[in-house]
Amino acid sequence: MESFIVDWRLSFDALSIFFGFVILLVAIPSWVYSIGYMQGLYSRGRIRFAKILFFFFILSMLLVVFSSNVLFFLIAWELMSLLSYFLVTLDSHEEKASRAGLIYILMTHVGTTFMTAAFLIIYSYSGSFDFIAFKETCLLLPSTIKTVVFLCFVVGFGTKAGLIPFHIWLPYAHPEAPSHISSVMSGAMIKIGVYGFIRFVLFILGVSELWWGNLILVLAIISSVGGILYALMEKDLKKMLAYSSIENIGLIMLGIGGYMVFIKMNQPLLAVFSLAAALYHTVNHAIFKTLLFMCSGAILKTCGTKNMEKLGGLIKLMPVTAFCFLIGALSISAMPPLNGFMSEWLILQTLFSGALAGATFPKMKIFLALLTGLLALTGGLAAACFVKAFGISFLAGTRSKKTETANDSGWTMKAPMIFLTGLIFIFGIFAAPVFKVLIDTVSSVSGLNSGGAAFTFNVMSLAPRNNSTMSLNSLLLFGILVITEVTIFAVVKIITKKRTVTCAHTWACGYYRTTERNQYTSTGFSKPFRVAFSFILMPSRKLEKIRDSHYHVKAFKYEVHTKQFLNEYFYKPVIKRLFRFAEWSRKLQQGSVHIYIGYIFLAIVFLIVFLKRF
Amino acid sequence: MKITVIILQAVLLIAASPFISGFIKKLKNHIRMRKGAPLLQPYHNIVKLFGKDETISKDSSYIFRIAPYVLITTAVAAALLSPSFFPSFQISGTGDIFIIIFIFALGRFFTALAGLDTGSTFGGMGSSREMFISALAEPAFLVSVFAASLAAGNTGISSLLPGGVFKISLVCSGLAFYLVLLAETARVPVDNQETHLELTMIHEAMILEYSGKSLALIELAGHIKQLVLLSLLVYIFIPVGSGTGFYIIKIVAVAAVTAIIEVALAKMRLFRVVDYLIFSFVLSLAAVTAFIMGV
Repeated sequence: MESFIVDWRLSFDALSIFFGFVILLVAIPSWVYSIGYMQGLYSRGRIRFAKILFFFFILSMLLVVFSSNVLFFLIAWELMSLLSYFLVTLDSHEEKASRAGLIYILMTHVGTTFMTAAFLIIYSYSGSFDFIAFKETCLLLPSTIKTVVFLCFVVGFGTKAGLIPFHIWLPYAHPEAPSHISSVMSGAMIKIGVYGFIRFVLFILGVSELWWGNLILVLAIISSVGGILYALMEKDLKKMLAYSSIENIGLIMLGIGGYMVFIKMNQPLLAVFSLAAALYHTVNHAIFKTLLFMCSGAILKTCGTKNMEKLGGLIKLMPVTAFCFLIGALSISAMPPLNGFMSEWLILQTLFSGALAGATFPKMKIFLALLTGLLALTGGLAAACFVKAFGISFLAGTRSKKTETANDSGWTMKAPMIFLTGLIFIFGIFAAPVFKVLIDTVSSVSGLNSGGAAFTFNVMSLAPRNNSTMSLNSLLLFGILVITEVTIFAVVKIITKKRTVTCAHTWACGYYRTTERNQYTSTGFSKPFRVAFSFILMPSRKLEKIRDSHYHVKAFKYEVHTKQFLNEYFYKPVIKRLFRFAEWSRKLQQGSVHIYIGYIFLAIVFLIVFLKRF
Repeated sequence: MKITVIILQAVLLIAASPFISGFIKKLKNHIRMRKGAPLLQPYHNIVKLFGKDETISKDSSYIFRIAPYVLITTAVAAALLSPSFFPSFQISGTGDIFIIIFIFALGRFFTALAGLDTGSTFGGMGSSREMFISALAEPAFLVSVFAASLAAGNTGISSLLPGGVFKISLVCSGLAFYLVLLAETARVPVDNQETHLELTMIHEAMILEYSGKSLALIELAGHIKQLVLLSLLVYIFIPVGSGTGFYIIKIVAVAAVTAIIEVALAKMRLFRVVDYLIFSFVLSLAAVTAFIMGV
């Protein structure tokens, strides 16, 4: 029992420091943002309570990544889950928030159960909870046990990270939480799942079969495509961002799956490259997702709604928020030369290099080409999704009364948003130095040698394949775009010096003028996608005519819903069975003392027989 | 010296690009036994538009105003990066063929936003459809290039240039790329540049509110994008002959094929485009498979 004493020592290796950095990168701006955000929305006491919770939540996340003992890790992990539960339900007067909290806490504990099971299995061999002891034991585990442990880890950490099919809590919890908490949850907390996966599967358990990596790649690409498809269907701004987090976790896991596959394909260089690309996307996603949640929080605060169909025209009323959201949207849709583009390009290069290198794995080549195609589809859908989000919420005319009085928020909210917008540019333009740090991080943690200055051509250029003729200097790319822009602008200015610009109403086909009700809606925008992907989304619509008389239709009522494939065919039946079982087992509890005494008697008889026999 | 040639090459490409559109139009009219507009009509259009005043919507914001500039910038940047008249002169250090695809996506992002910005239903419809088609075209676009790059051993443009030899894999990926090219340049059977009919237009619907210099920039960007994509097609997927002369011949030949296709086919219904683009994607995957089999 001695080993159950928790070792409270912290360890700071390169991986922990990286994730600690990501957490702080998200937490500090969110902290500043929360000061302005909570003011006026909550009572004084509640704000103080939320601040204390927030502080301990961040602390618990840091403890998770810096712990060096499994028990300590678990305690911190549980603390993190519970604290975030209370933060999600901060708006607990709303029924939605408490329900979201319930789903969240349930799913999170399903995950923790699997994780704990995996830990106990390893512990039964090692007899110690230390990370190093775990690692040594894992080398000696029989392969079936290893597989079981691996699958437990996938469920456990996959649930926290929000990987499909364990994602169902995410679209409930993130939108219902106060916006600064959504930022931290999406920006940092789901990354802790990624951290756990990297730490325990990649570096403690070790990759022992090729199909492990393939499984992760498949789950990753399903998460990417599925996440962004559901995001595209959403008209709730924060829910859309929550689904897009699932997509981005998919992209990160693509890099991690790549690492696992390349290790087994005997391509250590590529493995390092792939994992570094995943880490790069991790930090990038932390930056832009935090930013986007902050912007939607600013909208929610001033307009009182996060429904895109009721917004519109905000670019004139909230110019700073609009600009920040635009940059975030461009980055998340992988537009050059911003940071989201750089990491997606690197992941793309990973897949390509893998296909190029695996000479003895012809099937892998086709698989990787297929993944590339689906990754491209994800990129295209993400662009559509964020064109919709920005276009519908910020452009054209306002769609509701309340939106007309919207205005930019105070400096405590604006400053962190502007700061993160700046980081998007910095992490995009200085991609090569950042990536070099990440390569060093990965090679120091994994023990795989990356060959010194590999993958960077010079200080500012990335070269995904060594000794290749191709390199990418993002500063140069940025420079070309800017210089071209300026030149063209100047030339056009000179040519058209005498021409005037007049303002007029939007053309309405010769009719008087268009109104806000003529504007394209979010639901309308995503219609083609809903039709084309109806085999996944299973849309259903309801059309109702409200009539004055037989001849005159006064109003139309149109509803369209999409279904969640997994909810419909997996979670709902499971939950139904569970309830039915609970209902059935209630018969045991009759309330009569006689029957209970009977139970005790039966239990004793059973125990006596059991002890005699075994 | 090198930089001068690269800029000269891009300027040449920009100058020549409207001609290709004019040529396709003229040829189409010839096939239809019509006289048609003169070959240089696209140039006249652009000059005319630059000479006109501009009217913009009251509802629109600065996004509407900067979108044409972003679009033309992405087109010119792509022209700078892609091989054309003097293929041995390349900017080094700006990445690979994937970058060009991403740069086009940037231009499209802003045009789609501009479509939504005026609050017109047409604009929104155009944006929605354009993003829909481009999202579905992207997989085929990337994987066809992926297949060609596998053969070349690198995604860098300069290593793709020699073009390899005619193989089944190259033909498949080239065809897939061409199908995407038709979709990306708003041509029949995916879109129709000639119509302004409400229910059928896609690209034109998005830019319906533009006039004057902004429209000129958008049209010019369209011409440039078309020629850049054609250049990539002939350099990577049609490895016949080398040198500037062959380049021009090949471009004209592909343009002629495009004209014939435009006359021969009708525009597809929007949801048939899904099948069309999936076919293109499958074709590009077949190219990868064929490459692995060594044919």
